Amino acid sequence: MLLILEQLVNGLQLGVMLFLMSAGLTLVFGIMQVINLAHGSFYMVGAYAAATVAQLTGSFLLGLLAALPAAAIVGMLVEAVVLRRLYDRDHLDQVLATFGLILFFNELTRMLWGRQPLFMDVPEWLSGTVEILPGAPYPSYRLAVIGVGILVAVFLYLLFTRTRLGMQIRAGASNREMVAALGVNIRFLYTLVFGLGAMLAGLAGVMAGPILAVEAGMGEEILILTFVVIVIGGVGSIRGALIAALLVGMVDTLGRVFLPGLFRLFLPMAEADGIGASLASMSVYILMAVILVWRPRGLFPEPA
Amino acid sequence: MTYRRLATAGLIMGLVTGPAIAAEPVKIGMITTLSTKAGYLGEDIRDGFRLAINQGEGKLGGIPVELLVDDDGRKPGKGKQIAERFIKSNGTKILTGIVFSNVAMAVVPKVTRDGVFYISPNAGPSRLAGKGCSKNYFNVAWQNDNLHEAAGQYVNDKQFKNVYLLAPNYPAGKDALAGFKRYYKGDVAGEVYTKLGQSDYAAELATLRAARPDAVFFFLPGGMGINFLKQYAQAGLNKSIPVFGPAFSFDERILKAVGSAALGVRNGSQWSHDLDNPANKSFVEAFRAAYGRTPTLYASQGYDAAHLIGSALAATGGKPEDMDGFRSALEKADFDSVRGNFRFGPNHHPIQDLYIREVIQTPEGSVTNRIETKVFTDHSDAYASECRM
Repeated sequence: MLLILEQLVNGLQLGVMLFLMSAGLTLVFGIMQVINLAHGSFYMVGAYAAATVAQLTGSFLLGLLAALPAAAIVGMLVEAVVLRRLYDRDHLDQVLATFGLILFFNELTRMLWGRQPLFMDVPEWLSGTVEILPGAPYPSYRLAVIGVGILVAVFLYLLFTRTRLGMQIRAGASNREMVAALGVNIRFLYTLVFGLGAMLAGLAGVMAGPILAVEAGMGEEILILTFVVIVIGGVGSIRGALIAALLVGMVDTLGRVFLPGLFRLFLPMAEADGIGASLASMSVYILMAVILVWRPRGLFPEPA
Repeated sequence: MTYRRLATAGLIMGLVTGPAIAAEPVKIGMITTLSTKAGYLGEDIRDGFRLAINQGEGKLGGIPVELLVDDDGRKPGKGKQIAERFIKSNGTKILTGIVFSNVAMAVVPKVTRDGVFYISPNAGPSRLAGKGCSKNYFNVAWQNDNLHEAAGQYVNDKQFKNVYLLAPNYPAGKDALAGFKRYYKGDVAGEVYTKLGQSDYAAELATLRAARPDAVFFFLPGGMGINFLKQYAQAGLNKSIPVFGPAFSFDERILKAVGSAALGVRNGSQWSHDLDNPANKSFVEAFRAAYGRTPTLYASQGYDAAHLIGSALAATGGKPEDMDGFRSALEKADFDSVRGNFRFGPNHHPIQDLYIREVIQTPEGSVTNRIETKVFTDHSDAYASECRM
């Protein structure tokens, strides 16, 4: 029972990470109609910037403060230099260009930082464990990650429903020409949205830094799951991204933990482990397929 | 090989072949992995190999050599293309360098059949040690199972009775656990296969804690191992359950990225930078001076591969075309390995000593390996008896 609860928290934590990544991507996808495969690169930029600054200053918070603008600036540069030329093009061209950007950023980090993965530690004040229930110690850093995810969700909700900027962004998504005709600088707005998305990815990168290896190519691992999340949630919907991220986090975690055990009930151990492990890595995609059959445009489709 | 022996060998060869020692350097083709996240493995193999050439001022075994290097990107198909180009366009007779077993399986059987020597500085799949062995194939590193076997024997010696096993769900992961279990005789508390490339292990760690093992053995190469170790320490498990693994997850570059989370972990290896023999001392010193970092085991394997080739070049006067002569020279393994004890078994795989290293903190604060104990002396591999050359 205790184990199940602990695994639920693990699923929640993975879901929050995925939400940070997919919130930015779904914004760009839904509002600007651009497929951006290089979103994982902003995650990497965030992690590298944070790890470098944290190593130089010894402070995790300074690393975080440096990483957010770094990711946002890189994101806005990419938008201004590359993506702006691709808005009117076919999705395939966008895929090709942004895939090229992945290769570019990975090689760039290798040239700047070398092949050696960077070291980044949990800040001292979050390095312990907390007993979420008696007998179930849980790393406090992971609890902090969950907290940050909830804060970001609240921030995005307020931004989009309560501010003028959020209103303009939503308006720009539903009718670009009309908003431009009303005197809103839609070009600048797009750059801003893109920067915001990149910054959220950078934040995810910073949060991942102490848990994962900070190395070139780290963004691609999470990128695939991120795409699964935004497809399940409905392209362009932040609410959908939140629900889908938690769903994917739960299914992935619980599948990994309990499927092999389930198969062991009626199969020999070696086979059960093999089949269970394989099926667990498929579970997220099976979930996506099922949801798409049921709701072809995702859980919370944005009105087109 | 000492300088004097080298000089004598050169002199004798000079007498036999006459003064016209080939002006054309012997070409050695290195197919290795330099891109992708695993690129640092190939980089270290290449740098170790180059160091040996540079120390000989462009020569190996007194024979001028030219090293051709190309990146296989971890793809078997690409490795095959590069091999073909090296052999057909460059006329290479000696190939080396492959990091990954799947690339090796695509390249080695074909090139060795076609009369080219392949000296493996890393990958040692079981097939090439057993039924698929070849007289033109030499592995100067290890058979893949060896380092896991060392860990298994050590864990068994230390009377651990209930070990939890963890590896990625792919052939090398299953081989790793099989290698461990070949020498570990106690109970298995759990055997978990994770997704290849998985980065978050929170779920596995919670299950592991609930299974209450008295030790953990894991094989998670590269970034996966970094992630696992960091998260293991963050969950507070490193204080209660000791961890064991093969050296692949504890090379000097990984330790830099993991930091103190790896302290106290014990890992099986055929080499360590603090192995006490003259060849190793001068290698580690020269490597640090040349590249500004401590060599990994991969670098030591590249360095040994170069010296092995050098010994055969010296013995044949730089003529790998003389296949029988070159082969019997390779079989003698007449070079000073940085591992100390080293010779080839009948399947052209190493017979060598294996050690357990402990991850420690130096007084200056950096994290590194230290030899703790020798586990096997003159250890061979489990597949040698299946090899018919």
